Amino acid sequence: MVSYSDKQLIKGNYAIAEASVKAGCECYFGYPITPQTEIGEYLSQRMYDLKRGYVCAESELAAINMVIGAVSTGAKAMTSSSSCAVALMQEALSYACSDELPVVLINVMRAGPGLGYIYPAQGDYFQSVYGGGNGDYKLTVLAPSNVQECIDLTYRAFYLAQKWRNPTMVLADGLLGQMMEPASFGEYPYPEVDNSSWALTGAKGREGRAIYSCARDEDEHNAKIRRLFEKYDLIAKEETTWEEFNTEDADVVLVAFGSMTRNIKAAMKVLRSQGIKAGAFRPVTLSPFPTERLNQLADSVDKFVVVEMNMGQMINDVKLAVNGKSDVKLVNRPVGEWLSVEEIVAGVKNIIGDKTYASV
Amino acid sequence: MQVFKIPESMKKGFKYTFCPGCDHGIAIRLIAELLDEMGLQEKTICATSIGCSVFLYDFLNVDCIEAPHGRAMAEATGVKRARPDKFVFTYQGDGDFASIGFAESSHAALRAENLTGICINNTTYGMTGGQHGPTTLIGQKTTTSPMGRFKETYGYPVRIAEHIALCEGTAFSARVALDTVPHINQAKKALKKAIQVQLDGLGYGFVEILSTCPTNWKMTPEEAHERVKNEMIPVFPLGIFKDKTEDN
Repeated sequence: MVSYSDKQLIKGNYAIAEASVKAGCECYFGYPITPQTEIGEYLSQRMYDLKRGYVCAESELAAINMVIGAVSTGAKAMTSSSSCAVALMQEALSYACSDELPVVLINVMRAGPGLGYIYPAQGDYFQSVYGGGNGDYKLTVLAPSNVQECIDLTYRAFYLAQKWRNPTMVLADGLLGQMMEPASFGEYPYPEVDNSSWALTGAKGREGRAIYSCARDEDEHNAKIRRLFEKYDLIAKEETTWEEFNTEDADVVLVAFGSMTRNIKAAMKVLRSQGIKAGAFRPVTLSPFPTERLNQLADSVDKFVVVEMNMGQMINDVKLAVNGKSDVKLVNRPVGEWLSVEEIVAGVKNIIGDKTYASV
Repeated sequence: MQVFKIPESMKKGFKYTFCPGCDHGIAIRLIAELLDEMGLQEKTICATSIGCSVFLYDFLNVDCIEAPHGRAMAEATGVKRARPDKFVFTYQGDGDFASIGFAESSHAALRAENLTGICINNTTYGMTGGQHGPTTLIGQKTTTSPMGRFKETYGYPVRIAEHIALCEGTAFSARVALDTVPHINQAKKALKKAIQVQLDGLGYGFVEILSTCPTNWKMTPEEAHERVKNEMIPVFPLGIFKDKTEDN
């Protein structure tokens, strides 16, 4: 799909920004916040050069609502932000799910709660997957683990948002946003989606269209929410993706998302070299979550060790998936320096009761 | 001979849901007449708001996006930046425009967005049953200022049209009323200019419309229009506060 002949050394935030351009993003609206500010900085020049839309919005509230306005016309549009400021966007995300609008949102996570700080963390799993807005709705959430995936999943976010008319978030973190790695853009690999049946283009040759979430009829309202959830079921059926490594014979499987995936893969290798049958599992889509596959794996796996940079958020979904078939434990740190391979190995050994090398 | 007809830009067979004596009906009709006369219906996209104004899409036969409370100008900005060839306007109450959405409303003007803002000022939150809002007059009793608005606790009402006129990017800002036929005619002229400045790319066009809320004011329609004349206009003077077309 992607040609690797054009690899370049690029920072995660710039990779996301240029990928949005190549995906055909017509408008970017944003407000500065570390550690994602380079996205807006880059696009302020790039969108100007391309004669596309760019607004440095007065707030994150305004930015996400500008995206709603733009995508309601059928245009591709995006905003980017970070954790505590994504919190400000939750109302609009609830509206956009109800209105079925293809909003694309990049969240380069920082540490919370509150203002927290600018070092990386993964504390927005709940905010992203379960939603901070009101009512029943689900975002589509994609979690990259390296700079190449920042590009690939930004492409995919634009496509999935359009295909399913559902707000789609790329959940990156400060580590990815600020890190340089070799990566290749290739071409936007997805087909364009026809949105002429619903986009606001002016009532020419047809009746006026209204996109709204206001619901004055209880029966219609119930039917609408049920229909939305039938759509979420279809998204789960067709779009759930994950990666797994050495799970065939694994006794213990490490589970992580986003950039922590890198360290559980390395920890798995160390554990294997020491005679422990370890595997690794990494959801690429956090919403929809690969529940079914984890449940299958639980038939043969004794223990799942969830490794997260938070106080244990994704572990809830792993437990729901495993549904009591296997033991599920947590190795974590709330914020800051990523758990090292050594810390993960030691944590796993402590959990499985192998004291041989636990002194690392 | 037909002397009175429903504008083409109104929906066919709509049911009028506003309270008797409410000025929303006149304001919406004026907008519809102008969309007809200026040939804009097919290229119009409107951002509606929260409050009684949200129901604009029940009446106007144009494309509408319903914005969260206060965010109409942000959504309108997104629409206009994506589709600069469309005519884009917002229709908001005073609470939506000048309280919860004051940042969005002001910054759209400061950015000189080619947008048209229409704000219905009835000095109260109508849909929720008549609470104190940004334009509630000193002394006015509401359900959340039962002793009347006094400045020590509630501060002062905002003069929206004057505030918007101060923004560099505003091309036109006016305050009008709908209590008399001459005022209605002036209102239509002002609305036309606020639309025209957008079409000419001159910047932000804005009209504040002094309006009635007989239900929450606990008045008859006649008394409500008397209140517009006797109590509102002295505090919120009618007039044009900015007109860049005059400067040229």
